[in-house]
Amino acid sequence: MLGLLETGSGFWSAIIWVVVVLVISSIVIYIRNKGEESYKKNTEQDKPFISGNPELSKEGSHIAASHIYWGFTEALKDYYNPLVKIHTGNINDYSGWIIIITIIILILVGVSG
Amino acid sequence: MNNLLNHAPILIVAIPLLAAFLIPIVGKVNKKAEGITTTFALGISLALTIILAIKILSVGPQVYVFGAKSPSLTLPSGLKFPIRIMFEVDAMGIFMGLITAIVSFLGAIYSLTFMGKYDGLDKYYSLLLLLTVGMFGMEFTGDIFNFFVFLEIASIASVALISFRGTDLGEPAEAGFKYMVVSSISALMVLFAVGIFYGQYDLLNFAAIASVIKYSQLDKIALGLLVPVLAMKAGAVPMHMWTPDAYSEAPAPITMILVAASQASLYALFRVTFSLYNISLSTLTVGWVIIIFGLLSMFIGVTMAIIQKDIKRLMAYHAISQTGYMLLGVGVGLAVLANPAALQKYGITAMEGGIFHIMNHAMYKGLLFLTAGALFYRTGTRDLNKMGGLAHSMKYTTIFFIIGAAAIAGLPPFNGFASKLLIYESVYRFNPLLSIIAMVVSILTLASFVKVFHSAFLGPKLPQFKEAKEVPRSMIFAMAALSCIIIFFGLFPNLIVKNLVHPAVMSLIEQFKYTGTVLGGM
Repeated sequence: MLGLLETGSGFWSAIIWVVVVLVISSIVIYIRNKGEESYKKNTEQDKPFISGNPELSKEGSHIAASHIYWGFTEALKDYYNPLVKIHTGNINDYSGWIIIITIIILILVGVSG
Repeated sequence: MNNLLNHAPILIVAIPLLAAFLIPIVGKVNKKAEGITTTFALGISLALTIILAIKILSVGPQVYVFGAKSPSLTLPSGLKFPIRIMFEVDAMGIFMGLITAIVSFLGAIYSLTFMGKYDGLDKYYSLLLLLTVGMFGMEFTGDIFNFFVFLEIASIASVALISFRGTDLGEPAEAGFKYMVVSSISALMVLFAVGIFYGQYDLLNFAAIASVIKYSQLDKIALGLLVPVLAMKAGAVPMHMWTPDAYSEAPAPITMILVAASQASLYALFRVTFSLYNISLSTLTVGWVIIIFGLLSMFIGVTMAIIQKDIKRLMAYHAISQTGYMLLGVGVGLAVLANPAALQKYGITAMEGGIFHIMNHAMYKGLLFLTAGALFYRTGTRDLNKMGGLAHSMKYTTIFFIIGAAAIAGLPPFNGFASKLLIYESVYRFNPLLSIIAMVVSILTLASFVKVFHSAFLGPKLPQFKEAKEVPRSMIFAMAALSCIIIFFGLFPNLIVKNLVHPAVMSLIEQFKYTGTVLGGM
């Protein structure tokens, strides 16, 4: 009924997890409802606070995919530069990789006994 | 009825095969009937696959001998080895067959409206059916030469389907060409390995070869040819480069089926290493080769995905990354295959995680590719930089994407979490570092899908997509069906592992059962 999945080191039950999440969510909602009651819709309170700067137009404020994780890829550019470079899109290179790996595996299997 | 059930293995393949040749004639009478006929044929195959699965899981492996007096007559009197072509469908084969049946059926339903604006749909549906035939054949056959034939059928159909939109576009045609070249290389190597087996043993039947295999130098060469090319067809790094090209250029429902086709090659890799060679090979060496393929695929796949801007290329790199989990789990099982204590302690669980992940991945990656197709259907672009705010107008697609993204990132309570947990906790006992890398990859996967979710769905409604609306019902149905499977597998993973995954894993490990079904002695 509880759907216990044995992992060898413990168990997992999604049903128990869902019940726990529901209980915690109920407590969170209860505490939230006990909080600040002075909120009013369609007033200054609805506007985003950007340290006093004027708000951009809605269309202009969307962050495109290229800008997300810019810092991550910039910090790892020594890893990314060679990695991107080997993805040439050239079918000769694709075939070359297959041949190289086949040779390596043939050697490994051959010498492993 | 019972007689019909005896013929289920061949009917599952024959019905889509006959339908593939019927479609052009149907198209001459009524264009709209092409898609419906395809869906109907694949629906029958799905029903028969489910019936056969129930039979196999309750009775045991089923054989189907072509041209024999009885479909189960593997050894005519006086013969020690089988001479006829046969299907041998065990728990692992039918596990893969279920994936193929579900994915191709839902792919056909999704295609009904998604492909509506294209011409030449008789060819499209015929090829879709032939691709399905090839996949079923690879999974059911008990004959290594037949495996080569079905691999070729699947590859040729895939090439044409990848290039389907390419009559006036360069990129699909280029992607199809690249897939054709790598498929040809792999087919040649498989054929060479088949020749080695036939030259040595005068046998082509998997079980018969397995019963006499000596692991000679020639057998090692055959193994050294089969492992890399099957790993390549599954999309393992560093032979993965065809994958983003092919997956991104194929129509979305075909991409979903191509994922399952890659998994059919992965299945063949496991069938060769476990059922054909088993402990006769150096399990530690070949196990580590597969583990290293898994690690490279997981890490390089996910890190390359993060920097992509094309939604389907991004998802294709994630497909590579997820294949790494399967290779890791099953690789650990292979590495300890000759060590019964370790196999019992964590090897079987690692394999259960890897094999369960095959099913889970087919479902959630299929769903994600279908949501990418839905976005393309309404926006006409795959460029994430050009998308935004689509959750305002495509609410169902947004929900389906969230389910798929949470599943692939391994968030509870979805199915990806269950299979990844099995892998983490078992692989940790083999080598903790492997497990830690797998967890880091999962975090990066989540980060990558947060990027997709933010850039495609969140934000204000963009002016260019003011008219965008939800996709038609047949597309929603296919995505909803996959979402239901993901949620069900996530909530009740124990049912799937106990009834489907564990028997599949044991059928790989217990080679004597595989050979015994054909040669007797069971």
